[in-house]
Amino acid sequence: MARTKPMKQTAFAGTRKGLFAFRRRGLHWALAGEPAFLGEPVSAVLHDPRTGRIFAALRLGHFGVKLHRSDDNGATWREMNASAFSKDEKKMDPNVDPRTVEKKGPSVDMIWTLVPGGAEEPETIWAGTTPGGLFRSTDGGESWQLLSSLWNDPARAKWFGGGYDVPGIHSVLIDPRDAKHISIGISIGGVWRSDDAGSTWAQTGNGMRNAYMPPDKAGDPATQDVHRLAAPLADPDVVWVQHHNGIFRSTDGAANFKEIKKVKPSVFGFAVAAHPHDPKTAWFVPGVVDAQRIPVDGRLVVTRTRDGGKTFDAITSGLPRKDCYDLVYRHGLDVDAEGEHLVMGSTTGNLWIGDRQGSRWTHVSAHLPPIAAVAWSR
Amino acid sequence: MPTVFVTPNLTRHVPCPTTTVKGATVRAALDDLFVRVPRLRGYVLDDQGALRQHVNVFVNDESVRDRTGLGDTLGPTDEIFIFQALSGG
Repeated sequence: MARTKPMKQTAFAGTRKGLFAFRRRGLHWALAGEPAFLGEPVSAVLHDPRTGRIFAALRLGHFGVKLHRSDDNGATWREMNASAFSKDEKKMDPNVDPRTVEKKGPSVDMIWTLVPGGAEEPETIWAGTTPGGLFRSTDGGESWQLLSSLWNDPARAKWFGGGYDVPGIHSVLIDPRDAKHISIGISIGGVWRSDDAGSTWAQTGNGMRNAYMPPDKAGDPATQDVHRLAAPLADPDVVWVQHHNGIFRSTDGAANFKEIKKVKPSVFGFAVAAHPHDPKTAWFVPGVVDAQRIPVDGRLVVTRTRDGGKTFDAITSGLPRKDCYDLVYRHGLDVDAEGEHLVMGSTTGNLWIGDRQGSRWTHVSAHLPPIAAVAWSR
Repeated sequence: MPTVFVTPNLTRHVPCPTTTVKGATVRAALDDLFVRVPRLRGYVLDDQGALRQHVNVFVNDESVRDRTGLGDTLGPTDEIFIFQALSGG
């Protein structure tokens, strides 16, 4: 299929009340057109670099999860079939919220992430959901299939809720060298990997450590609260993890991780972005430990390493220096395809663009609804 | 035949005029409605075919009792109202 017309660089913000797009106008970033889905909660947004299509997942308060696609750079949208569990899954769910599931079977509560498949399969899209379902579409989002190989794995019974009442899949990494290699991140279920396009799965991620389980479970890969996974396109064996109580990095495709300690002001956070071309560069948005989830000392910073995690800069330029209580969710930070610009959105409805690899931040809006997810056009 | 009324809060997502439907139960009546307006199904029912948690269905002035099986019976002059709960928005 032909790719849609290229789009001027656009930062998307998926919010509690719609999807907003921002483009550079002169020296400033400004709202580009009317928001889409005004009033509706947007949980995930994807601009697919292979096709130019934009996907937006909605989580309607009354009427469930919906998926929309635009083939004309956001001018018009069409509702697709959203990912959904079938009735066959009714008795296949050992762990997800027994209050509802054992009686009724699972329903998708939220599409948490939308990810393009490999370059050679432009119609393939992945969706990670709460409860912890992984879905794949091979027809550009027209229809979806649950990866039952993962859903029915007995080891999945060890997953539990983190952030939400039920477990959820928030990160899907497709290896750009071979799209059969897939790593996913689960809150809470650690990292799982498939090397056969999702037919079989295995828990992976040795070396992570949790601080919220009994001590003899601290190293159990299944109970790691991976908040977000990110990998550089240039070297996908490098995998960064922002975890509930730390930062970890793998250099062997998420098989083993090493903890990165002593990052100031904090190792707690939700978001991580990996530089697409430099495997040693990544960005994080630290906060006070889990009990509070606000910037340390009311001062918002972005931490950046350029040496694989040996040292970090705490960048403050353009960010609030005091009295700031913004929280950046796990999909609230994204870096563009060149690795030059970042976009960051908070639950307080602030949006920033970071230039020069996040060295200097510009406040784009202070009045958006709470931001769940940001994404650059690709 | 029973008549189905759909709240404007839902028809702004999926257009659906007031419609007479066939069916001796709420399930049968809704299935008949969904044949005519297929996209409505996912807005009213969850993945397992039960009423969504924050959707209410009344028959005349009574809330349906069987929110999972939708087995409440209908008479030919009954009116079915589909609307959103005030919770969950």
